[in-house]
Amino acid sequence: MSVSLQLAQSLLAILLAPLLMGWVNQCRAWLQGRTAPPITQPYRTLRKLFLKDAVIAHHASPLFRFAPYMIFACMALAAGIVPTIANDLPFSPAADVIALVGIFALARVFLALAAMDIGTAFGSLGARREMLVSFLAEPALLMVFFTASLISQSTELPVIVQTLALQEFAIYPSLAFAAVAFWMISVAENARIPVDNPSTHLELTMIHEAMILEYSARHLALIEWAVALKLFTYSALGIALFLPWGIAAQGDIAALPLALVAMVAKLLIGGAVLAFIETISAKVRLFRAPEFLGTAFLLAVLGMLIHFLLEV
Amino acid sequence: MQIGEHDWHLDPFGRHIWRGRMEAGQLLALARAVKEEGGQLVALWGSDDRHLDGGFAIHAAFLTGAGLAWASSALPAEAPAYPDLAHIFPQADRMQRATFDLLGITASEAVDERKWLRHGAWPANVFPLRRDFDPSLPPIHDTDAYPFIRVEGDGVHEIPVGPIHAGTIEPGHFRFSIIGERILRLEQRLGYTHKGTEKRFEGMDLATGAKLAGRVSGDSHSAYAWAYCMAVESATASAVPERAVWLRALFLEIERIANHLGDLGYLGNDVALGFGFMQFWRLKEDWLRLSAKLFGHRYLFDCIVPGGVAKDIDDGGRAELAAEADRIEAEVRSLKAIYDDHATLQDRFANTGIVKPDLAARLGLTGLAGRASAQAWDARAQFPQAPYDQLDVSMATQRRGDVLARAEVRFAEVTESLRLIRALLTRLPAGELHAPLAPVAAVCEGVGWVEGWRGEVVVAVRIGADGRLDRVHPHDPSWQNWPLLEIGVLGNIVPDFPLINKSFNLSYSGQDL
Repeated sequence: MSVSLQLAQSLLAILLAPLLMGWVNQCRAWLQGRTAPPITQPYRTLRKLFLKDAVIAHHASPLFRFAPYMIFACMALAAGIVPTIANDLPFSPAADVIALVGIFALARVFLALAAMDIGTAFGSLGARREMLVSFLAEPALLMVFFTASLISQSTELPVIVQTLALQEFAIYPSLAFAAVAFWMISVAENARIPVDNPSTHLELTMIHEAMILEYSARHLALIEWAVALKLFTYSALGIALFLPWGIAAQGDIAALPLALVAMVAKLLIGGAVLAFIETISAKVRLFRAPEFLGTAFLLAVLGMLIHFLLEV
Repeated sequence: MQIGEHDWHLDPFGRHIWRGRMEAGQLLALARAVKEEGGQLVALWGSDDRHLDGGFAIHAAFLTGAGLAWASSALPAEAPAYPDLAHIFPQADRMQRATFDLLGITASEAVDERKWLRHGAWPANVFPLRRDFDPSLPPIHDTDAYPFIRVEGDGVHEIPVGPIHAGTIEPGHFRFSIIGERILRLEQRLGYTHKGTEKRFEGMDLATGAKLAGRVSGDSHSAYAWAYCMAVESATASAVPERAVWLRALFLEIERIANHLGDLGYLGNDVALGFGFMQFWRLKEDWLRLSAKLFGHRYLFDCIVPGGVAKDIDDGGRAELAAEADRIEAEVRSLKAIYDDHATLQDRFANTGIVKPDLAARLGLTGLAGRASAQAWDARAQFPQAPYDQLDVSMATQRRGDVLARAEVRFAEVTESLRLIRALLTRLPAGELHAPLAPVAAVCEGVGWVEGWRGEVVVAVRIGADGRLDRVHPHDPSWQNWPLLEIGVLGNIVPDFPLINKSFNLSYSGQDL
């Protein structure tokens, strides 16, 4: 039973992740006063890319071809681990939050290696910038997870969710700090404004896009899909850590429909908020990104201190 | 005409325009005198005059305290050479190299003798702008092999960008030498849109010439078309009806506003403020559609013709344009408030891509970008042709020389141009739109000088005795400003380059010809 639930949740995440991307793009368009593309636009893009023939540089090594599959697999696995609708599914014990950070890092390593593989200037430029951003984001993300895990005394996601969602309601000021820090890290990790601009055509300003400039067709489709999955996973993670109410407890089939509705509602609101913040923000100068992530790290540390001061 | 202590025998050649011929050696002395007086070199070009007087000629247009001075020197048919002007006016460097590529006229003792406009399409010993050039020669497909200047040292890295870019923009190659993200050197390689425009003018009739001139750089159509018509009208000593002149100014100001609105949007887009981009482009689109409705073309193509204008505006159109001007002004004011209050945007704009005033003066930064670096030249304000002499144009200047300053100049010029449009509409004189050109009896010359949105556009024209165009040289302000972009980005970081580039927004087509 729980295995089929796990499979259903993983599949749902993989299939619906582009929808979240489409929703964010729609909200952005509305907020900018444009006519919005249909919410299914990301699927059309994926279909188009899958139908195209791949163009690969002569110098590309097998790593370049392999990386998109690896990146997609990492993100699909991560999406399966994070509780979205039901808690404590079979995949969850496979990795705690620390291992989750490791899975993200693995995908990033492959992306950066693939970017440098062909040896174009933009690829290595993007890889270098990605490393600059991520080596600052990763410790901050770990600090956020530690803060959240201090409350539940566990780094296992199901336990954290269980503690917050399904037990007696309590207000944790430390989580407010951690939540803001988590939002800032998510923005940086998902290559969104104000750290990166997902919709730019200016090669010299790109971070994430610069790394995938050489990809086409099915490879690009897998990476784009992985990007959507990453955004979905981060959103689900944020919801699980900071707004887990409504999630179905283990084995509670009856609560599933409500959990699904709650999840969709939270994602819709979260996507709209993301689009709103992106619309009113401009991209910061590249060397302000460390300040941005430094602030995130500081907030996460503050959250932890507050936990020790007020909540123990 | 007196410059410094010497009389250079330059004769009045139109309003604020002077013309003279001199020995090639004297040209150098004139350049020095202009430089000492605080003037600038505007344009430098050559011509093949072997069918007229048996030799070549080199021409230079200087901006002086009394206006535009056009000086020419005849050069021998064999091994034509003139003294290098680039050591006085650095902006001459690329113009000299292009003159050699097209005509084989050498600047003696020039420091930089590399090719400029010639890529791999024609051999080094063939000069396409010469009269005896054989256009039936098959194009060669040689590799470009352009000797870029390399920066060497530990950790120095080269990024080649373009000529094909990810966005829909004109082609140009940028070679960055960087260390980390810091730009140590930028070298441009342009000429990818060389179309042989100047060659195409040869033998063209005067009316068709106006169409071609307007297409030298499409975003400056009215500026080029007006400058060309001004040149042709001055060469043929033809009078233009007053209403036509006022309508030309109206077209030029409409063009300025359209471009400034677009650029202000792009500047927002380049810092990922999609909102600003969309809002300014909405305004630009409304503006273009109104142009299409009133004058039949979104970018006012072919509205200016030799002898006058081809389109008129009626009372209904005047009211509509004035109402739209009011609306745009209000909207731009509120959008400016948003830009002004946006901390991240201001942080990106301020102190980015600085060109200091003294450097701008030394290297000849001109036009809009020049005014943002305290180079207070605006032909509409200082050397006004009709109808600007009755409009009292106020010039927008800034001293900071950064992206913010260039944005501020655009904002100020949008407001001023809207004021000018209202004044032009209210005081538009009645009368004819068009008068026939006076017939041409002998070889004659003329020059047109118009302050386009990017800077001064100069078109020099020589008409043959048969009444057809003999030599036309359109000059774009981008010639002077491209090298300053190379300097302006030094010490900035690579991801700020697109923003700095956009704040100049220079023409490729206009300088590649």
